[in-house]
Amino acid sequence: MQKLQLLQNQFNPTSDDIFFHIVQAPPDPIFGIANAYKADTSNTKIDLGVGAYRTDEEKPYVFEIIKKLEKEVVNDPTLNKEYLPIEGLADFNKGCQKLMFGQNSPLIASGQIVTAQCLGGTGALRVGFEFVKRHIPGDVYVSKPTWSNHNQVIERAGLNQSEYPYFDPKTKGFNCAGTIECLSQARMGSIVLLHVCAHNPTGVDPTEAEWLQIADVCKKRRLVPFFDCAYQGFASGCIEKDVFAVRKFAELGFQMIVAQSFSKNMGLYNERVGAVHIVTSNKDISARVLSNLKIVIRTICSNPPAIGARIAAKILTDEKNFNAWVEELKTVTGRIIKMRTLLKQELDNLKVPGNWDHITRQTGFFTFTGLTPEQCDLLTKQYHVYLLRSGRMSMAGITSKNVRYLAESIKAVVQNK
Amino acid sequence: MQCFRALRYFSVWSQVPMGPADPILGVAAQFKADPSTTKVNLSIGAYRDNDGKPVVLDSVKRAEQIIKEKKLDNEYLPVEGLQSFIDASIKLGYGDAYYAQNGKSIAGCQVLSGTGAVRLGFEFAKKFLPQGTKVYMPNPTWPNHHNIAKMAGLEILEYRYFDPKTRGVDFSGLVEDLNKAQNGSVILFHACAHNPTGCDLTTAQWTQLLDLTKKKNFLPFFDMAYQGFTSGDVNKDAEAVRLFTAQGVPIVLGQSFAKNMGLYGQRTGCLSFVCANQQEREKVVSQLKLLARPLWSSPPLHGARVADIILNTPELNQLWLQEVKMMANRIQLMRVSLANNLKNLGSPHDWSHISKQIGMFAFTGVGPDHVKELIAKYHIYLLSSGRISIAGLNEGNVKYVAEAFHDVTKNTKL
Repeated sequence: MQKLQLLQNQFNPTSDDIFFHIVQAPPDPIFGIANAYKADTSNTKIDLGVGAYRTDEEKPYVFEIIKKLEKEVVNDPTLNKEYLPIEGLADFNKGCQKLMFGQNSPLIASGQIVTAQCLGGTGALRVGFEFVKRHIPGDVYVSKPTWSNHNQVIERAGLNQSEYPYFDPKTKGFNCAGTIECLSQARMGSIVLLHVCAHNPTGVDPTEAEWLQIADVCKKRRLVPFFDCAYQGFASGCIEKDVFAVRKFAELGFQMIVAQSFSKNMGLYNERVGAVHIVTSNKDISARVLSNLKIVIRTICSNPPAIGARIAAKILTDEKNFNAWVEELKTVTGRIIKMRTLLKQELDNLKVPGNWDHITRQTGFFTFTGLTPEQCDLLTKQYHVYLLRSGRMSMAGITSKNVRYLAESIKAVVQNK
Repeated sequence: MQCFRALRYFSVWSQVPMGPADPILGVAAQFKADPSTTKVNLSIGAYRDNDGKPVVLDSVKRAEQIIKEKKLDNEYLPVEGLQSFIDASIKLGYGDAYYAQNGKSIAGCQVLSGTGAVRLGFEFAKKFLPQGTKVYMPNPTWPNHHNIAKMAGLEILEYRYFDPKTRGVDFSGLVEDLNKAQNGSVILFHACAHNPTGCDLTTAQWTQLLDLTKKKNFLPFFDMAYQGFTSGDVNKDAEAVRLFTAQGVPIVLGQSFAKNMGLYGQRTGCLSFVCANQQEREKVVSQLKLLARPLWSSPPLHGARVADIILNTPELNQLWLQEVKMMANRIQLMRVSLANNLKNLGSPHDWSHISKQIGMFAFTGVGPDHVKELIAKYHIYLLSSGRISIAGLNEGNVKYVAEAFHDVTKNTKL
């Protein structure tokens, strides 16, 4: 009887309402918080949720160089709105390669880097993982913790995933020994998802020496590195230093995948500007890899959106524009670093119990504060401070005006009985 | 260091085979590489004016001017996209009257043009329709429909559509195939300007399909990439969509603004589902977001802003409607011109199907061998299926194209 029932449900939907059984999906952990913040009417509210840069006036920031170049692109009479090639804008792709691997990387000249323009960092990850699913058998290792959308992207691409113990809650730093141990047990040929810099959500990055250890275990276990780079320029403030890991692994001869986003470092969030790179061993293989990347892209969006890439290309291929961008990026990053310093000072001045060194030790947009989910809930409900329940705080949302209130609120929830 | 050097010789990607070139975009690439001065591109579905140039619509330019003056920021759109664009898009597709009454129960999501609509729609169907649900597609259809369905893990079956003998629709075959289809199947329909054949169904035929849909509880998935671009009238072109929804049939609608607003490279589209009520709509939207987040996080803004401003500014909307009508008219003119030219050259074949078919494309009836010759000898680029993009024709090249077609077909069968 049950089987018949099941069959009926499967092959003979008699209900007029085909979507009746659909349940409400949970709100996205990150965008959900942004919505809650928007709805909050308190005038002391602070948005430390989504990783989007804010000025000291709590305003979104459009890079001056972007404003200038956007005008140029929109007003250019020689530009039309035609389809880009499936793999995107050639100039943009070339520029991305140079920014990621270095102006003079021999891999560029030898044709060993396959690049395709993608829909921001998410798009690059999805394309990369769909390609992995189709062409290299392997499970994926992700850091514990990692950006929540990583898990969804990998799952939708049909891959299995497990975690390596990245964050050490005791030291609030990188668990190098634990990571190496875990990866040394990984099945050969597995894929390792690595954050290039400014780890999201922890803000904790491996040192150069630790990167070499990671490289070593990847070599021994023939693991395929899949780098996610969403914050080049936002970690140390130096664009070359921030991609040390990618360039080192490339130098060491790894074949790997890199997802590159310009959402934050060019502030091009809503135009979905990114790229995926696959490093191969020779240009013949590159040609085959590109042909298959194109097949994946064709079934998601056919070809990528033009305008964001055109703007980014103007930065990446023109020295004057590039330098202007780098300067502006330094200023923007500098403000975040300053806010880290200010927050730590305030916490120290208020003698908030606990060790808060990690606030200035961690890098990039985010800090893993170490606050518990309950403390975070209290912070939000009582003090209108919005952050993720994991304790992740976006430092870009802190300003010179709200930092004291923030420190006081943290003190209150930490001391709360 | 030596052991690291060995990594270069071990190739992670060595098993990757060369993937087939995209049948459509591959030909366009060939055209681009051809140095001939008489070359004609009839491969890709992108509008060209009478000088063979791509067109940026005036309504688009003016919308962009408005955007510039507003000095807006670049913050992420929500996962579902720009709501005012979604609403305007739905209104355009379903019609003012239906929207006024039922707008609150239509779940919409901004997507990456028509491709994105199909991908997100198919992923949703795979996840939420009963296991074993089949998807039926017309034979032939846009090749990417098959690719996307495969990626989404859906089982595809075909229904007869094109009759090579009449070069029109094989309607009795179509009805026979759909009658045999499993109840509750998803049926992919091209709302207008069928790609690649240019053969559309009549109102009477759509009405018959509506009855069949109700009888067999089909879920129609309308792919509408040419609203306005087909007859020149946005309401007429959406006739099938409106016929079905007026009778309370829940449908899925994919809309592209690539052609009708010339927003090709901006990747502007909308996917919508007719739901039972507002609560259901919210649930469906929430699930669409869950699928969109790991695809692209949020869609690109620029094109949606442009479309939103055009559709919501009466003056610009009027201008746009005129422009899309003008594009449709020029295409119609070229159809007639090509057919007449071939007739005047004394071709032994009947080319009337070219002027009878509608929309961007014509299924000319030439075969792969003809196509090879057209490319090699005349530098005329079209698909090996014989599909040409009428938009690539103009007063400057239509005679040349007619002569070439005549030359390669005069001694052969079609």
